[in-house]
Order: sequence, then structure tokens, then C-alpha cells
Amino acid sequence: MTASATPAIAPPETVLATDDLSAYYGTHQAVGNVSIAFRRQAITALIGPSGCGKTTLLRCLNRIHELAFDACVSGRVLFDNADIYEWGTDPMAIRRRIGMVFQRPNPFPTLSILDNAVAAGGRRLNRRAKLEVAERALRAAALWDEVKDKLSRSPLQLSGGQQQRLCIARAVAAEPDVLLMDEPTASLDPIATAVIEELMASLANQFTLVAVTHNMQQAARVSDVAAFMLADESRTGRLIEVDDTAKLFTKPSDRRTEDYITGRFG
Amino acid sequence: MDEPAFRRIARFVSPVDRGFAAVVYGGSALFAVLIVGLFIELVLGSWPSLRAFGPSFIWKSAWDPVASKFGALPMIYGTVVTSFIAILLASFVGIMAAVFLADFAPRWIAAPLSFLIELLAAVPSVVYGLWGLFVLAPLVRTTIGPVLQHLLGWTPLFAGPIYGVGLLTAGIILALMIVPTVTAISRDVIAAIPRDLREASMALGSTKWETATRVVLPAARVGIFGACVLGLGRALGETIAVTMVIGNRPEISASLFAPSYTLASVIANEFTEATSAVYISALIELGLILFVVSIVVNAVARLMIWSVRGSRA
Amino acid sequence: MIGTARLRRRRVSASAGAALTLLCALLAAGALLVILGYVVVQGIGAVNWAFLTQLPRPVGMTGGGVGNGILGTIIIIAIAAAMAIPLGLLTGIYLALFGRGTIPEALRFLSDVLSGVPSIAIGLFAYTVLVAPLKHFSAFSASFAFMMLMLPLLVRTSEQAIRSVPQTVREGALALGMSNFRATMRVVLPTARPAIITALLLAIARVTGETAPLLFTAFGSQFWETNPGRPMAVLALQVFNYAISPYANWQAQAWGGALLLIVAVLILSLGARYMLSQASRRLES
Repeated sequence: MTASATPAIAPPETVLATDDLSAYYGTHQAVGNVSIAFRRQAITALIGPSGCGKTTLLRCLNRIHELAFDACVSGRVLFDNADIYEWGTDPMAIRRRIGMVFQRPNPFPTLSILDNAVAAGGRRLNRRAKLEVAERALRAAALWDEVKDKLSRSPLQLSGGQQQRLCIARAVAAEPDVLLMDEPTASLDPIATAVIEELMASLANQFTLVAVTHNMQQAARVSDVAAFMLADESRTGRLIEVDDTAKLFTKPSDRRTEDYITGRFG
Repeated sequence: MDEPAFRRIARFVSPVDRGFAAVVYGGSALFAVLIVGLFIELVLGSWPSLRAFGPSFIWKSAWDPVASKFGALPMIYGTVVTSFIAILLASFVGIMAAVFLADFAPRWIAAPLSFLIELLAAVPSVVYGLWGLFVLAPLVRTTIGPVLQHLLGWTPLFAGPIYGVGLLTAGIILALMIVPTVTAISRDVIAAIPRDLREASMALGSTKWETATRVVLPAARVGIFGACVLGLGRALGETIAVTMVIGNRPEISASLFAPSYTLASVIANEFTEATSAVYISALIELGLILFVVSIVVNAVARLMIWSVRGSRA
Repeated sequence: MIGTARLRRRRVSASAGAALTLLCALLAAGALLVILGYVVVQGIGAVNWAFLTQLPRPVGMTGGGVGNGILGTIIIIAIAAAMAIPLGLLTGIYLALFGRGTIPEALRFLSDVLSGVPSIAIGLFAYTVLVAPLKHFSAFSASFAFMMLMLPLLVRTSEQAIRSVPQTVREGALALGMSNFRATMRVVLPTARPAIITALLLAIARVTGETAPLLFTAFGSQFWETNPGRPMAVLALQVFNYAISPYANWQAQAWGGALLLIVAVLILSLGARYMLSQASRRLES
């Protein structure tokens, strides 16, 4: 995985990559000069202590970062070999192809479970088509059996874990290529977490997953590739090391990675 | 150090969102135009009067439409006196009621009582006026007035004939109308005083009453004062109820029993009867004075309330 | 000994103080009950089917009603709301979504200023822009004045309601590739809706009994007038005119009209309260 990339064209197994990407809030640089390639249909875990910029990096990948009023970026994010920050690129089109699941479940409170599942495209669908899309997405999110009888109810009646799977279904229904997950289990109990982790493994057959987590056990359990980030003295997040998960957790090449995974800080 | 190449992010790229932003900006701009237009129109409408009478409009006391002589002093006097009576009566009752609601009452009393008092604020002005005209004014003429005159008749404030309608009656009606404002905002301000301040006082062995009067109220005083000023602002501009009970006479009289006029009530009473352009203009200028005064009063009040409560009033 | 005497005095003053605050709270709430009681007792006799559905009768004839005033009130408020809702929402959306910097702050200040402007001054504004140039009174000019009275509450509340929709919900919509427009319409505004409806009900309650600006805008009418370009009867205005009239049967009708106004305002306030509880329930999620 490591240094095999040729500079001009990313290797075929790469669907998304950053090139010297920096992200700012006003004048504060939150992410500094990150270059990383995400392997197709694999789960890449972004790990590191809080404040290391991993969430900001993730939010740069589908142009959600720019919702902060003073947000800026420099560098490139290559998706299918095109820079998503290229002038004239429609962020909405990018976001439809690079879905996102958030730290806290955020179903749309006024829409039914069904309408939540098809929220990405449901504008002109008739009821039948809606149901088809929803069933496919909800099945992919392992939620169908639990909600098939209450599709018109409010999502707020679901448990936290179910809500999060609904959010995953909502993202899956848009048929993206990449799914970004920002600590998807941070607000869930252990049982719901196990369900989501299992789900992530099955989703990786179809999608490219990038997941932020500060739970190292989780990263070790679910990811194929792990990337370790750390903030430097000016609180700018740097990419320290990226490698196959098994290797990063057993034989890290950087001493700071080793310190972190053995619990010496963070 | 080399400066990073910042890339500004274009927030609205899709045509839909450009249109959306344009409509949103347009609506907000229209809103702003309306408010600025309000001020400009009042100035333009008062222009003939401003030119004819100049600043002396404010301190001249003649109000004689037949002779086209206009001075605002009687109305300013009536407005100030009625509002002063109102705030005097309403601030004490309102603040004490707020202390009760915030610090003494158990929840099951405080919630419905607050609701009742807030409903008082929703009662239409014309209903207060009706009640004032048929219930309060006779009461002032037959009971309240004579009692006050008996006790305090030696001062010019309570001398002279008692008509029922007049400054005092208008002041009492206004007090009723602004008590809910004073109470509701004071209660919010008092409730925003940190608990540990109260607990510190109670821990020193103070009673609840001592805590309320010596610790909580002083800490909240700026905000409570702001609440009273906001109530004052409402009283200054209140129109219909006052028009119905003040007697509508453009005279300055020391007695609180005497009929008078306020800025708002003279506009309400005479505007549709005004015939000459300068008469209408003089009435609009009264409205302009009212507008400017109420803006100043409201701005002061809100600044005070924000300073304590730390959010928008 | 001195210590205990002092302690007793403090206890007594504490109880007296508590009693004083209770008394003041009861006085404030009691005023409402007294006024309500009077209006009900005096007004209930005047309210009947004819009162609600008939035109006013001339002086000297008994009977008649305020039907045209009720209709006029509804028409004028409906037009005012139809203008105030979009304008208030757009400004609220602007302040909530783009609301940083000097211009939005100035706009918030202007909105607060407007909320403190006496209604009579707003009536003068409506007169100078819509009555004087056309040389006749009109219901529409009254709607315009009511719109100005409703706007500050709508603007401020819709801003707060939109802000209180969790940022994550909005981001969730945008992350699906929704446009800002669609995210606002389909997700943000529906979530904020109960709070916005609360504000609308309160704004309507406020103008329902408003009389001062009507004197020289809607002006009043003796007929079934439905054309907003012409003078129109309004209930609050009828109450005012009947109250200051010297005729006993008109005064009785004034109490009846006041009762209708109070009932309308109470229903609107209770409705607003119910919507508010819905709003807070929605935000707990």
C-alpha cells in the first residue's frame, strides 16, 4: 500500500486521495499538508487523539468543511482523478457521490423513516419507487426488518443505534462511491456499536469507507488501513503514518505512533 | 514563513442556491427599507410643520387648530406625567411579583401565575380603555379621587375638581397595561442571577427575603431597571386606552385629576378631523417625536437587559 | 436575649416580605381576572347570533351587530399575515444562515427598534404612503400597518427557531447533496415550524385588538365591505367608537365586542402556548 503510487496517475485501487491538503478555520490551520490515498472498497480508519484534525480532514473530503463560515483549504482532493475543489465544481454533486455519517445520529426529525431513507433523491419518486429505494438502502444498513412495519413513523422513536443505521441507509440510498464516517459509534452503547461495526464490514464490499475513530480497538477490529494523525505544537493536525492496520498496530514505523497505540499519551 | 495559498470557498454555486440567496437578500433588504422608510416618511410628513414652527414646536403650549398655532408642550407634559404615574405604580408591583415568581413561588404556582400575568399583556388596548372608561373613571370620581383629595388635597397635585377622566386615571390604566412587561422581564433577569450567589447568601444564615432584597435584587438591578424602562416605552406610545380616559384637553394643569392629552392620543383623536395641511403635518410631527423618544427609550432598555441577561430581550 | 429578639424580627420581616411579594403577584394576576370578569358580565348579554352576523343599525334603532367588523378583522389580518409571513421568514432565514457581521447586526437592531415603535406612529406611516397619495382610506393600508406590527416578532422568532435546529441536522441534509434551498425548505423549516407558528399566532393576537392605526387607515364602514381597496369595518374600531358614544345600547355592544376580542386573543394565546410545547418537544430530540 505504501509508496507504490506513481505521481501522475493514482493507482487503480485508489478512488479518493488528498494532495498536500491543508484546512483552516480563519487563520488557524487545523490540518497541515496531508497527502493520503484511500483504497477502493476498503475501510480506512483515521485515528489520533482529540484535536488532531482527523474530523476536519474527513470534512474536507466531501466539502462539508466549508460550511464553517471562516473555512479555507489549500491543496487538492482528488476524486476520480479530478480535484473536487476545482473552481466551478458543484459541491452538491460531490456530496452525492461521497456520503457522510455523523458522530451523533441526525435523522431529519420532521420526515418519516421512509422519507429519511430516500431523502437524498426522493423528490420525484412515486410511492412505489420510494419503497424500492428505501428497502434496498435499509436492507444494506441492516435496519429493514426492524422498521419495515413502521415506515411512516417518526425516526425519533427509534433507538440511538437504529437512528444511526437509518442515517447510514440515508447515505447509502444516494448510491455514493465513498462513505465518510465521523466517529459513527461515539454516542452509542456497546451492543449498538457492535451492530454498526459489523455493518461497516459488509458495506466495505460495496463502498470505500473512511472512518474517524479515537477508539483504537475499534480501528484495529474493523479497518484494513489505518492512518495516524497528531497535532503539532501550533495545533495543526499532521499525518504521521499510514499503513495496513495489522502492520500499524504491531510494527509502527514512527515512534509517536507507537507511543499512541501503546497508550503513552492521548 | 511562506503564506499558505488560501483558497476561498465559493459557498453558492448552484443556480438554485444563487436564486435562493437572492430572494433571501431581497426580502431582508425590503424589511430594512420598510423600517428606514418609516422614519423618512415621518420626517417628510412633518416637514411643513417643522418649517413653520421650528424647534419651538416642542416648548410652545398653544394648540389652536383654528388659528393654525401648534405647540406640543401640553401633550409632552401629559405623556410624561401619565407614563411617570404608570411606571411608579407598575415598577413596585411588577418587581415584587417577579421576585415572588422567581424566588418564592413553588413551580406549580409560578407557572400558571406567570401565564395569567402574561395574558394580561395580550388583552387589547381598547378593552383596557373600555374598562377604564366605564369602571375605573367612575371609581376615581367617586372614591379614589375624594380619598386622595381628603388626604393630600393641600398639594396642587390633588387639588381641583375631579372629573373621573384625567391624568391619574390614564396613569393607572397604563400601569395595569405595563405590569406584565415589567414582571415578565424582571423575572427572567432575576432567574438569570447565578444560583451560587443565592446559596452563598443563604449559607451565611440570611433568610430568603434578605437574600432576595440584599443580594439578588442588587445583582439584577440594571436588568430590572431596563425592564422598567421598557415598560415606560410601552406607556409612552400607548394610544387607544389613554385616549378613552384622559379627557382630551390640550392644557397643562398641576392637578392629576385634570383632563389632559398625550402625544399619541391627540393624533388618534384629531387626525381624521384635521383639515389644513399644516394641522396634519403638526400631528405627524407629534408622531415623529413619539417615534424618536420610543427608539431612545427602547435602545436604553435593551442595552440594560442584555447586560444582565446576556441575550436578546 | 438581644440576639433572639433580632432573630425574631428578621423572621417576621422575612415572612412579611414574602407575603408582600405574594400580594403583588396576586394583584397583577387579579387585575386580569377583574377585567375579564367585567367584560364577561357586561358583554355576555350583548352577544347573540344577530350580534355576530348582522350589520350595525343606525342610532336610535336597537339590535344590529358587528358582523361586518368581524369579517373585516379577518380580511385585514389575513392580508397582513400573507405579506408578513414571507417577509419575516426570509429575513429570519437571512439572519440565521448568513447572520454574521455588521449588516445583519444592523438589521437585528432595526427589527428591535421596530418592535418598540408605537402602533400609532406605524399607522401614520401607512397613512402617508398608502392613504394620502390615493386620497381615500383603505383596508389594505390597515393590513400594511398590521404587517409592520407583526414583522419584528416574526423575524426574531424565525431566526431563533432556525438557529435552534441542530447544526448536525442541517449538515446531514447538505451532506446528502441537497442544495441550501432544499435543505432549508425540506429539513430546517419543517423542524422550526412549531416555533414559527407560535410566533405567528402571537403576532396575530397582538394585532387582533389593535385599534390606533385603524383610525386613519381602515377607517370603518357601515356595510359588508370586502374590497381591500376601500374603507372597511373592523371589530376593534367598532368597540372604540361604540364605547365613546353617548348611547347606552351602543355601549352595551362595545362590551359585547370587547368580549369577542378577548375570547379571540385568549384562543390565540392558548394556541401559541400549545405550539410552543410542541416546539420544545421537537427540540429535545
